[in-house]
Amino acid sequence: MGSFSLHSSCLAKPTLRWSNDCFQNLNSLKLPALQRRPNFHSRKASKVLAFYGLKSPPYKLDALEPYMSKRLLETHWGEHQRGYVEGLNKELEKNDILYGYTLDELVKVTYNNGNPLPEFNNAAQVWNHDFFWESMQPGGGGMPELGLLQQIEKDFGSFTNFKEKFIEAALSLFGSGWVWLVLKRREKRLEVVKTSNAVNPIVWDDIPLISLDVWEHAYYQDYKNDRGKYVNAFMNHLVSWHVVTARIIRAEAFVNLGEPKIPVA
Amino acid sequence: MAFRALLTRRTLAAASGLGPNGGVATSFRGLQTFSLPDLPYDYGALQPAISGEIMQLHHQKHHQAYVTNYNKALEQLHDAMSKGDAPAVVKLQSAIKFNGGGLSDLICWVMQAGGGEPPKGSLGWAIDNNFGSVDALVQKMNAEGAALQGSGWVWLGVDKELKKLVVETTSNQDPLVTKGPSLVPLIGIDVWEHAYYLQYKNVRPDYLKNIWKVINWKYASEVYEKECP
Repeated sequence: MGSFSLHSSCLAKPTLRWSNDCFQNLNSLKLPALQRRPNFHSRKASKVLAFYGLKSPPYKLDALEPYMSKRLLETHWGEHQRGYVEGLNKELEKNDILYGYTLDELVKVTYNNGNPLPEFNNAAQVWNHDFFWESMQPGGGGMPELGLLQQIEKDFGSFTNFKEKFIEAALSLFGSGWVWLVLKRREKRLEVVKTSNAVNPIVWDDIPLISLDVWEHAYYQDYKNDRGKYVNAFMNHLVSWHVVTARIIRAEAFVNLGEPKIPVA
Repeated sequence: MAFRALLTRRTLAAASGLGPNGGVATSFRGLQTFSLPDLPYDYGALQPAISGEIMQLHHQKHHQAYVTNYNKALEQLHDAMSKGDAPAVVKLQSAIKFNGGGLSDLICWVMQAGGGEPPKGSLGWAIDNNFGSVDALVQKMNAEGAALQGSGWVWLGVDKELKKLVVETTSNQDPLVTKGPSLVPLIGIDVWEHAYYLQYKNVRPDYLKNIWKVINWKYASEVYEKECP
């Protein structure tokens, strides 16, 4: 790439008149030779082969204000989750037994039935965070409707009861972890589940519907140590019942929720 | 120091209602409760390694919460024990372990009051023996601290029986004794996110590098010399 640099004398002279005079003067300029600029945008070959990517949340980073600030999302998504993705890709570079899995499968395989492989933490945290962003929406909160509400009332007694249980689970979780609303496959009912660090319910073959990140990094910048305020903001203003409804509709393809309990004679 | 007196864990004086043994803790119904001790230095004293804001939050909010919840759990335990409610007693164990462990981490305030000069004397010699050099020890502890997933602590401890130095990590608020009954903590570094997040965000390795500037080696040497004369 080169550039022409216009000789300064062309511009400085007040006697120059625009139009023909100018062009004549330009032609008589001794222009410097084409300069080669150093190529600042050269692409270095990346040493890390990317296997998994960083998925953007389905809304802009400032869409969840004031309940989750843009700054928090930039750090949480842009730095933490990106760190997990890059860490995962770097680990996978060394281990070709784990090539070719979808992220879901990778999480289950690396969980290794309770004896997690080193890749589990990164893989599961990427999965968890993708699920978490999708569980929220700007203008969320409120109440679920129709079939989902009926199922919640069936399994928890009332929506208020469910909400209390969820919040209580979030507040009583020691250390870092996640709180989930899951559909249990074998028991065929909804339950609130706590997991620590990176564990998530798909490793037990259950179907998660909502997730809430209660690692400190998820709320510290906005709420400092006030986890209660954060959880309430999530339940009242952020959780996306549309997404949860879609998830339970899909889950019903795998779990028969409508099966009547026929008493055995 | 009165400060040290608070750190010893008193056993519960149960229904027999033993009186308090003196000391700064208040007691009622023969039960000794704890109160949050003051820091032996200003909130801003550890800057720039740890910001004053973090120190204030950590001390006034997080540790206060551990003290409050520990006292609450102790009271509930006392009730459950006097009623003979065994399931309740068992259920309270995790709350006591968590919040009581949080109390034991009050030690970290003493551990971080120093100017970070390296240890001399018997502790320095023991470190060279066990790890090669103070730098090697720092590298090891930083590596383990950075690799710890979730919340927890990284410790330099001394095994009272074997007279050896060990580097251990514990998760959540588990005290060092959970890794070995004869382990005594010399240095503890809190790697819960609340200990560094506001200043270092997610770059835990930077926090670990800088915290060594304020580690109290003098306290560590004192404890070491007491355990291994």
